[in-house]
Parts: sequence; C-alpha cells; structure tokens
Amino acid sequence: MQRKNAETGSTITAFCMALFIVALTVITVYLFIIKAWWFPPAITDFGRQIDEQFGRTLIITGVVFILAQFGLAIAIFRFRDRGQKATFFEGNTTMEFVWTLATIVMFVGLGLYGEHAWAEAHFQGAAPGALQVEVTGQQFVWNFRYAGPDGQFGSLKPELVSASTGNPVGLDPKDPAGKDDIVSPILEVPEGREIEILIRTQDVTHSFYVRELRLKQDAVPGMTIHMHFDATQIGQYEIACAELCGLGHYRMHTYFNVVSQADYDKWVSDQEAQIKAQQ
Amino acid sequence: MVTHDESGGGHGHHHPPSGFIRKYIFSIDHKVIGIQYFFLALFSVFVGMTLSLLMRIHLVWPNIKFPLNPGGLMTPEQYLALVTMHGSIMVFMVLTTAPQSGFGNYFLPIQIGAEDMAFPVLNMLSFWTTFVSLCVLVSAFFVTGGAPISGWTAYPTLSALGEITGPGQGAGQTLWVIGVAIFCIASLLGALNFITTTLDLRTKGMTLGRMPLTCWSWLITAILGLLAFGVLLAACLLLLLDRVAGTSFFIPGGLVVTDQVIVSHKGGSPLLWQHLFWFFGHPEVYIAILPGMGVASHILSNFARKPVFGYRAMVAAMSAIGFLGFCVWGHHMFVSGMSPYSAFAFSLMTMTIGVPSAIKTFNWLGTIWGGRIQFRTSMLFALGFVSLFVTGGLSGLFLAQPSLDLYLHDTYFVVAHFHLIMGVAAIFGIFAATFFWFPKMFGRMLNETLGKIHFWITFIGVYSIFMPMHFLGLAAHPRRYSDITGINFLQPLHSVHYFITMAAMITITAQLIFLVNLFYSMFAGEKAGDNPWHATTLEWAIPSPPPFDNFAGNVPSVYRGAYEFSLPDHTEDYVPQHLIPEKVAKAR
Repeated sequence: MQRKNAETGSTITAFCMALFIVALTVITVYLFIIKAWWFPPAITDFGRQIDEQFGRTLIITGVVFILAQFGLAIAIFRFRDRGQKATFFEGNTTMEFVWTLATIVMFVGLGLYGEHAWAEAHFQGAAPGALQVEVTGQQFVWNFRYAGPDGQFGSLKPELVSASTGNPVGLDPKDPAGKDDIVSPILEVPEGREIEILIRTQDVTHSFYVRELRLKQDAVPGMTIHMHFDATQIGQYEIACAELCGLGHYRMHTYFNVVSQADYDKWVSDQEAQIKAQQ
Repeated sequence: MVTHDESGGGHGHHHPPSGFIRKYIFSIDHKVIGIQYFFLALFSVFVGMTLSLLMRIHLVWPNIKFPLNPGGLMTPEQYLALVTMHGSIMVFMVLTTAPQSGFGNYFLPIQIGAEDMAFPVLNMLSFWTTFVSLCVLVSAFFVTGGAPISGWTAYPTLSALGEITGPGQGAGQTLWVIGVAIFCIASLLGALNFITTTLDLRTKGMTLGRMPLTCWSWLITAILGLLAFGVLLAACLLLLLDRVAGTSFFIPGGLVVTDQVIVSHKGGSPLLWQHLFWFFGHPEVYIAILPGMGVASHILSNFARKPVFGYRAMVAAMSAIGFLGFCVWGHHMFVSGMSPYSAFAFSLMTMTIGVPSAIKTFNWLGTIWGGRIQFRTSMLFALGFVSLFVTGGLSGLFLAQPSLDLYLHDTYFVVAHFHLIMGVAAIFGIFAATFFWFPKMFGRMLNETLGKIHFWITFIGVYSIFMPMHFLGLAAHPRRYSDITGINFLQPLHSVHYFITMAAMITITAQLIFLVNLFYSMFAGEKAGDNPWHATTLEWAIPSPPPFDNFAGNVPSVYRGAYEFSLPDHTEDYVPQHLIPEKVAKAR
C-alpha cells in the first residue's frame, strides 16, 4: 500500500515538474518568436549586421535550449520511480566525444562568425572626410562639440570648465581655433554622412549608448576613444548613459537627431550665429 | 602521497572542548565552523533579499514612502546604495560563503575520511575574519553619506575620488573597500586549508579518482579562490591608497568634478582596476557555481539511483571551466575602451568555456536517464539547478560576442543572465545541499511537505522574475537606473517591471517557509537515521549528527568509487564506499 502511494506521489511530482519545464520552454520560445519586447530597427548597415548575428545566435541557443529542457522534462517523467530498477551504466565515451565536438563547432563557429561586425566597427578607422564630433560626459549631462567652419577643435583647459557660466567643456577663449567651436547638449548629425565620435569624460566613467546605432562605448577618464557610424535614417533617437556614474545616472539622457543635409547646414549656421552674438 | 595516519596522531588527539565558548563560538571543529558559515550566509541572504525587494518596490511605485526613512521617498543615492550592497553581500557573503566555506567545511573532511581540516585554528580564523568583513561591509550603511553608490564593481574614478563624486562615496566607500579586502584575506586562508586537506588527509583507499564530485568541486573552487582573491586584495589595497593616501593608481590627471578641478591626482588608469577586478570577478562566478555543480551531480546520482554519467569527463569539465575561467575576464570589458584586438581572444575563450559547461549538462541528463528518480525536495532543487544552469548559460553565448555585447552590455539582459546562472542556480545548489545534508548535520529531517511547497513557489518564482528581464534588455533597458520615467523608450516596459516586482514579492515572501522549516525541523523534525537517503559516501557511515572527531577514532578505509548505485547482481541498490568487499551482498 505504502509502495503504491509513493508511486502515485512520484508520478504527480514528475508530471508537474515535466509540465512546468515544457511550459516554461514553450512560453519563452513563443515570446522570442513574436518579439514581445524587442530592439528598435537599426539605422546603420553595421546595426543590421549585428541583428543578423543576433538572429543566428538566437537560433542556435534556441535549439539547444529546447533540446536540453525537453530532454530534462522527458527524463524526469519517463524515469520517475515506479519501483523499477535503475539501468546501470557509468558513461559513454563515444557520445561524450561527439557531444563535445558538436558544441565546439557550434559555439566557437558562432563566435568566429560574429567577429566580422566587430572588426568592421573597431579595426578600421573612420574615412578621412568623416564629420568629427567630440562627445563629453560629465555628471550628469552629455555635451557635443563640433569643430566649426575652420575644421579645427580649440584647446580645452580643465580649470576653465564651468557649467554655470556656459562653458561646460572648458573651451580656452585665447585659442583662435576654438572661437567657432559649437558646443551642443544634443547630438545633431546629417543623414548618410560618416560620423566619427571622439568619446571622453571629465569626471567618472560614463557610457555613450544609442539603441538604433547598436553602439555602446564607455567614456573613460583619461582616454579619448574613437568610434564611427553612418546613420541612414532621419529621425530623433535617445542617448542614455549605460555605465553607473553616480546618483544622477538615470537622468543622464539626451537626444540624437539625424537630419537632412539641408537641415543640418541650417542648424550649424544658427549655432554659429548664436556664438557670434555672444562674442 | 600522504594518506591518513592510522595511529590517529596529528589530528586525532584533540579532545572535545567542554566550555560553551570553545564549543560553539571560537570552535576549531570544522563542523561547527561549517554551521557558523551557513548561518552567516543565511543572515546575509535575507539581508540581501530584503534590499532587492526594496529596489523592486521603488522601481514600480517610485512615490511610495518607506517607513523609518527620513523623508519617506527613496532617493536615487539610496537606490544605488541598495544596488551596491545587494550585489556585494550576495556575491561575497552568500555565494562565496555558503556552498564552499559552509558545506565544504562541514563535509569535505568527512567525505574524504579526515577527522578535521588540515589547519583547524586557521579554519576558525577564516570564519572570524569573514565575520569581521561582514560587519565592516554592513557598517557602511550607518556612516555619514550612507553606503557607497558605485555598485559591487566599484569602478574608479567614481569609487576613487571620494565624496565629491556623490553621497556614499566618502566613508561608506572606504568601509566597503576595507570590508572586501578583509574578505579576500579570509578567503585566501580558507582556500589554503581546503587544498591542503584534500591533498593530504584522504583516508586509506580514497584515491583522487574515488572522491565524490563534491570534493572535486571544493578542491577546484579553492584553487580558483587562492589565485583570484589575491588579485582582488591587491586591487582593493591600491584603491584604498588612492582614496586615503593620495596615490593615483586608478586616477588620471585633468579631471573636473562638478566644476572643481582635481589637482591632487594624475597618471593613473581606471582600466587597470577593471582588469584586476575582473581577473578576480570572472573566476568568482565559477567560485559561486562550481560547488553547486558538484552538489547537483552528487544528488542527481543519489536520487536517480545511478552512477554519475562520465565521472572522469565531469572532473575534466570542472577543471577546464576552472582553467578557462581565468582566461575570459576581458568579456566584461568589451565596451570599456580596452584594445579591440584583445576582444577577439577573450570572445573565443568565452565561447570555448561553453563547451565544458555543455558537457556537464549532457552528463547530468545522462545521469538521470534510465534511473529510478526519487523526487525528494533535495532532488527537485538539483533538477531545478540543471534547468536554471541551461537557461542562464545560454544567454552567455550572446554576451560573449563583442558585436552583440555592444548592444546588450549593461542592460537588464546581463542582469537576467548572471542572476540565473550565478545567483539563482547557485542558490538552488545551496538549497539542494541543505535538504540533502540537514539530516546529517542536525540529526533530524527537514519537513518534505514544506520543502516542496517552498520549492515550487521558488522555482516558478525565479523564472518569473528573471526570464522577463531578458526582454527588458532586448529593449535596451540600462541597468542601475533608480527611476525609469525620464526616458521615452522605457515607457512601454512598465508592465514588465510590474510583473517582475509582483513575482519577486511572492518569491521572497515564500523564503520564510524555508526559514520556518529550517528552525522547526532543527528541534522538532522527524529523527534521521545514519543514512536516510541510502547514500554511498563516508558521511553516511557515521551517526547523525556526527561525533566530535567524525569517526570516533575509527577512520574507515575506502574500497570503491563514490557512485556505486544499482550494480547488477547485488541485493542492495547501493554499495557504500567503506563497505569491505567481503560484506557486499551479492544476489545469487
């Protein structure tokens, strides 16, 4: 009698456990297939390459996920205690070998395949004609500096930094190259032109992150880091800080506008007019 | 190879202490120390969980007023202090402490047939050093400015420049650095003891190839600890010097914080900290999970009544994970500004570490396949461990690729990944171990009904909390945001946060069931026999709870491997390691 109760208990538990694991797997896979919450469309070729690699990785991990979880569920239900004797075996070298080889090919192959996009973003510098924008992070704002008509950035002095008097990055007024530098709290770029950003910070580590560019780069104290992109879709996007930088980390946020060349030219001349007026 | 000294010399001649203090407080008995570590971790895990509960509540109801909080509302710096302390307490005081120092301390000597650890006094010192580090760490809450807000990763320059960078970055951050440094010392002492004990104190016949996989996992974890904590200790000392002695290991020149020029520092590099921290930090992930792997293998075999599938492959896989664990730290730094060329190497090494992890999963399935699975609570947690390990591990294949990490780094996708694999899977290993070994430790059984209710709520609960976080990450939700109302693209995600908070509240509340079960069973549980699970290893050859010197002077010899279950032509479905061959009953 007791034996029978134990068997029923075992069957119920095995069934619940297997059912939950199967349900979990099905729901998870379903949410990934319908893309319940997903990244926004990419606005660069590079971003689209990353999306493809994400898709490949998702398929491989998805198949392994389903096989492993279903295998677990099947084993749990099929080999529940019904008073049978366990089959004695201590391993199987051939299967072990095949499995190891298969995962090496799958995982390392996937890794090699994905390196292409990374190489393109990081190993090649920006083309010579790229528009340079200097990105400066500070607790808790972003500032973007453009070289202006002379194409030259003026020098910066830490002791001149003063957000309250309108010099957030510390432009040196004595340097003629800096006279026409535009400093903007919003990143404004023309569509279809290669942009090179020079990422730096004044105080602690921040991280420049635009979802639609599929780009993230820490701004590291003491370093200036170059990245480049070519946005092909006009629109307004958001820049969020992605590295913990202090109590205002959550509000270190601004906009990234991709506009037509004409709109961009107009924006630049407006900015220059403002600088002239202030001088 | 030194095996056990049969005359009982060396370790045999210490007698049970009689006074309360020497018996329960400053004890040198590895079993008492193991239990002390267990309770330290238990206290810490409830503190850590409470902190996470407060964070979850604040994220969903930002206008809620917390009692005992001056002003009521949670400020951004309070939120970040919770983030920092939740991570630090969970990683150091729970995940490093319970599986290794707790259960390892208690069961490593018994499972290999030793009367104590190799250095009992050092063992006591390790525990009390850990205790001091916990006190120092927690005291950061109570100083001016409160606990640090720089996260458990404490990246300089935020962590190095002092209170100018934010509240909590003054005294709180200094206490944090000191607390972690003390913890490193404690862990180094412990690691030394584990390695020596395993290598030198095995009883007659206990070859390395016959050791239970739990002992293997504790040995490999100890080696990782010995190599990793030394590096973190050095990093902490350098950071402390930057903070209090005016050095500039991690601080470059020319910085301006809130319009104030930092003139006293120049020449350092924040990336140096990141390299040192993650050189420790990545092995630390395996320090947390390897003992869980050992325990899961052990328990799956026991309750499937089958030998571990591919014992040698399991040992090889754990060793490979341990070795590769030291070659992959750079995958935490793909967007940090380090050389993009090195990202190649780190990425491929990281994809490679998936291979031994996959071998382990395959072998766990092989272990229960064809078995006779008995669903004790301990077994349920071990099966849950396997499921969580698969889920948490696979998301690692996304993060290991630098091109995908560009998008996913520092989003909730990472939070989901490491909580599942390092947090929850490791905790399931701890629960499985608790239900398995509690009868031996306290001589009484944990209540199975309460145990199963607790298991089901926890298993469904943790998946409900962490699975949706992957999707937050896919929508690019950055981590460590105390308020999510200011960014447009986060607005559609409120419902997901709400669901997660609900699941967290239920799951965390359900942990009280475990607490009740633990304390109720300790005093009123059903009495356990010597070997309630029909297990094979040496701890089940002695009374529950074990006598002071484990074997009452009669250290057994070992005649076979640790997982001899369901051998053909035997009357019993298990053969204990210590049973002399003539006494093994064969079926005719």
